[in-house]
Formats: sequence, C-alpha cells, structure tokens
Amino acid sequence: MSVTASPEFATSLLYLDGVTVSFDGFKALNALSFVVDRGELRSIIGPNGAGKTTMMDVVTGKTRPDDGQVIFDGKVDLTRLDEAAIANLGIGRKFQKPTVFENLTVFANLELARKTVRRIIPTLFARLDGGARDEIDAMIRRIGLAGRERVPAGALSHGQKQWLEIGMLLIQDAQLLLLDEPVAGMTDRETEATADLVRSLAGEHTVVVVEHDMEFVRSLAARVTVLHEGSVLADGSIDFVQNHQGVIDVYLGR
Amino acid sequence: MGPLLDRRGWIGFLGTGLVLIVGIPLLNMLADDSPLHLADYLVPLFGKYACYALLALSLDLVWGYAGILSLGHGAFFALGGYAMGMYLMRQIGTRGVYQNPILPDFMVFLNWKELPWYWYGFDHFAFAALMIVLVPGVLAFAFGWLAFRSRVTGVYLSIITQALTYALWLAFFRNDMGFGGNNGMTDFKDLLGIPLQTAAMRRGLYVVSVLALGLGFLVCRYIVASKLGRLLLAVRDAQSRVRFLGYSVAHAQVFVFTISAMLAGIAGALYVPQVGIINPSEFSPGNSIEVAIWVAVGGRGTLVGAVIGAVVINAAKTYLTGSVPEAWLYVLGGLFVLVTLVFPRGIVGFVDQVRSLRRPRAAEKLADEKVAP
Repeated sequence: MSVTASPEFATSLLYLDGVTVSFDGFKALNALSFVVDRGELRSIIGPNGAGKTTMMDVVTGKTRPDDGQVIFDGKVDLTRLDEAAIANLGIGRKFQKPTVFENLTVFANLELARKTVRRIIPTLFARLDGGARDEIDAMIRRIGLAGRERVPAGALSHGQKQWLEIGMLLIQDAQLLLLDEPVAGMTDRETEATADLVRSLAGEHTVVVVEHDMEFVRSLAARVTVLHEGSVLADGSIDFVQNHQGVIDVYLGR
Repeated sequence: MGPLLDRRGWIGFLGTGLVLIVGIPLLNMLADDSPLHLADYLVPLFGKYACYALLALSLDLVWGYAGILSLGHGAFFALGGYAMGMYLMRQIGTRGVYQNPILPDFMVFLNWKELPWYWYGFDHFAFAALMIVLVPGVLAFAFGWLAFRSRVTGVYLSIITQALTYALWLAFFRNDMGFGGNNGMTDFKDLLGIPLQTAAMRRGLYVVSVLALGLGFLVCRYIVASKLGRLLLAVRDAQSRVRFLGYSVAHAQVFVFTISAMLAGIAGALYVPQVGIINPSEFSPGNSIEVAIWVAVGGRGTLVGAVIGAVVINAAKTYLTGSVPEAWLYVLGGLFVLVTLVFPRGIVGFVDQVRSLRRPRAAEKLADEKVAP
C-alpha cells in the first residue's frame, strides 16, 4: 500500500520518490516513496532493519541513494546537496543517540544552533545582541532547562540532552524536523513531556518521528507509516496499522 | 561571548610581558662584572624558546581546540624559517666566500649561472615578510582543503601530516631544489642592515620574538573565545552534529589550520636569525612530534599550557643535552608517558586540580564558566 501522491505535490513538504539504497547488495531502501505534508506530524515505525534510519540519512544528505529523488518544498532535490546545505534549507535532524556538544554549556549549544550566517569569518566576529540572547533564553525555558544554561551539556541527564537537541533544531528554525527515537532511554514522565513538546511543534513545523515505543506513537495521535524491508508496508492511523494483517505478520514474525 | 582575558589574565599577561621585554634586556645590559648580569649567549637562547612557544601555541590552537593533531607543524615552522633564510642570504651580497653580488655561495658552488625565479623578491624584506606567512599559509590551505574536504581526521590526518613534513624533508635535502641542500643556509650577516652579531640586535630579535609570542597568544585567545572557538570545540567533539546544524566542518578546519600554519611560519622566521642557520633537519618528522609533546606536557586546549610546555621542556633539553646528552631522549619519552598516564591535562591541568582542592568554592565557580579541555 504505497503512496503515489503526485497531485498532493503542492501541499507536500517532503516527497520521496522511488528511493533505493543498497549496501553490498542488501537493499536498505527499496523504491521507497511517500509524502509528508506541510505542518504534518508523522510517525514512522518498522521493525529493526526496515530502513528508518537510512531514510533519515538520505533526507539529510548523509547517504546518497542509488536511485530516486527526494524533493523538498516542491522544488529542491536533496540528493544533490551535502549535509550542511540541506540543514541550511531548514531541515533539522535529531540523532538516535542524543548528540549535543558535551563540553559546551547549554547556552553555547543553542547559540551555535541558532539560525545565523554559517560562514566562518562572520562566525569569528559574531556578537550576541539582546534579541538573540532573549531568543536563546526563551528556548531554554521551552525545553525545560531553565537555570541550567551555564551547565556543560555533558552534565545533563539523558532526557535533558534529548530536549536540548530538539531545542537546537527549533532554534535552528528548521521547517522539517526529523526526530530519530526522541524518547529512547527516557523515563515515563520524560516521555510524556516529550510527547507534549512534539505535539506542540506540529503546524508550525513539519515533524517526522521515527520511534519504537508504541505507547509514545499512540500518544502522538499522528498518521503512521510502517516501513518494512525498505518500502512502505502500511500507512494510516495508529488503529488502522495496528490491525493491518501485514503489519501484524511482520511484527509477530509470522 | 567570553572576553579576551579576564582582569587577572590581563595582569598576568602584561606583567609577564613587561618582565620579559624590559627585564631580560636590562639584565643583559648591566656591566659584565655585575652579579645580576645576564650572559650574552642566554638572550638568543631565550629568544629561541619564545619561537618554540609560538610554534607550540599554533599547534595547541588546532589540536587542543579543533581536535586536529598535526604532526607536521615543524614543516610550516621550517618554511617560515627558509623564507627568512632566503632574505638573509640575499643580504650577504658580496661578503660571501665567492663574492657574487646576486647568487648565494651554494649556488656559485653548484655552478649555477642565474638566480632561480623563486628567489626573486627575497632581497626585499617586505616581500620576505609576506612569504613568511604566505608560503606556510598557502600550503596549509591547500593541504587542509584536500584533507578536510575528504573528511580525513584523527590518526589518519596525523599520519599524512607526518608524510607531508617527511616529503619536504627529502625535497629540501636535494641540492637541485635550490635551497642549499643538506647544508641549508648559514653565515648570515645582517638583517635590515643591522649586523646580527651585535648584542643590541640579539636583544632586538629576542624582544620581537616575545612580542610575536604575545600577539600570537592574543590572536589565539580571540579565536577560542569567539563563537568560532566554540564551533571548533563542537567540531572536535561531534562533527556530524555540526554538519547537520548547517556549518561546513571542512571550512572551519581549513581556516584554523591555515591561521595556525601562519603562526608557525612566523615562529620559524624569528628562530632562524637567532640560531644562525636553517637546514632540512627542521623538517624531520621527529621535530614535529616533539612539538606535540610540549603541548601535551603543558596541557592542551589551554594555550598557556603550550607556552609553558615548550619553555619547560626546552629548558630541560638545553640543560640535559649539555650535562647528560645520552639521557635526553629517555627523559623526553618518559615525560610523555608519565604525563599521558598520570596528568592527562598536563602541567596546567595539574595546577588547576591542586588549586581546586585548596579552594573548592572558587573552583566550582570556575568550572561553571570554563569550557573543559
């Protein structure tokens, strides 16, 4: 049940069209196609090896596909750009393992992420004005790290690092946020708080969440795309995919 | 965000500078029989230490802050030194053994008839001064561009920087390169028309070396205290995150590598007139490794540590190679192992640790503000 959605092109922010990636003959993505609409919150699930992380690697420019296109915002083919160029188009990625700059303070992490000129010389002479400072402070409050701005990011708890990383994507002003397992290793309370945060992002941002935690996916109440062996197996509401025979077979191992 | 130096930092910086720039030359100018008189031979020796310290500083900038362990910084130092050497050779003029007004002695000896094109301009100090920063800078830029764009990092980068300096070592050994071959360049007479052998000139070179070290320190401080400095730490610790934020990791690395090479070139240029010779041994791979040891022993990622490490180890080397020459390499190797195992943050890190044991509260405040190495 793959999506063929060329008419929806106008409202789509991200359009993967027949993307194939193979590693030594193994097809990590097999003619994967799907569309994510502007402002949508989308969950992507699938068993291990289904191609979820590879899909993110392709969208963010880390991996170049053997075949297919990735159209962003109806005009740019992302498969031709490198990571930095893609990030500057407004695509932010949160890694599976929280990746923040551990030796820098929370404040400095957000300062680096904040949307500004990325060239080297302007960065050397950059000065923070009051507006930028306020913006960073507001983000620190939004991700629940008020009072911890001077703490090195390495000293944060696992969950706090995840939030800091999400905060970095937000202050980067990414239109499209790709979140790879944002609640991995979080306590129940942290997971709930994260679900609230992620739901609050939809609309303003387009969010794609890859997750294993079905409770969390359910709490997001978003459209779910199930990947299996590098292509789309099912697509629809959480109740729909949970009752889909193909999905059940895959998850229960037939 | 961070200031260049805090109040205590400025006091320490200017105080040390004053002692070194005013104190040492004054002691040297005292009458010979005064008990406080500083022997003439010590002035260029201290000047040499200042050059080494600047070289160590340049390595700390790339290694301590951007995580680029260059084991080829001796090459940039030597290139700066050769550029200065070429100027000094042209200054000799007819005072050489063969009294050729244009060609340096070694070229006459090799039966060369005219000056190779790449020696043009080196009779002008301004041109030589430009080449002192430009040649190491351009080489570092080209090398860095190729290496960092291909995402060569870590041990692989260290190895190819060793290969770089080794290749230059072999090349400069060759007589037909036109840089004096094995013997290099020596017998320098004067710099800017002033004889090198006068006490005043030696003091002058020493003072300029200390000033260069001080300015180099401030340049490095400016970079590491800037937003770019924080970006470099980010590159060191989590490169892919930096890329996904939209920064070019390669550009940041090439930039800092090039600046660092230029500083190393200046250090080499000031070194040559004080030791009176430049030859291919400056390119030897071991030299570059030694610089990394200075930085590691002093404490990398601190800038001050690089300066301290360079001075302490070279002072020890001067003393030991004079008294027990066969022991020196064992001491150097042992020191490196000891520091790596026991004081991974070097002398500066060790001092910080002792201080924080004494004044726990002040240290906490410090740790809050400071970026860990």
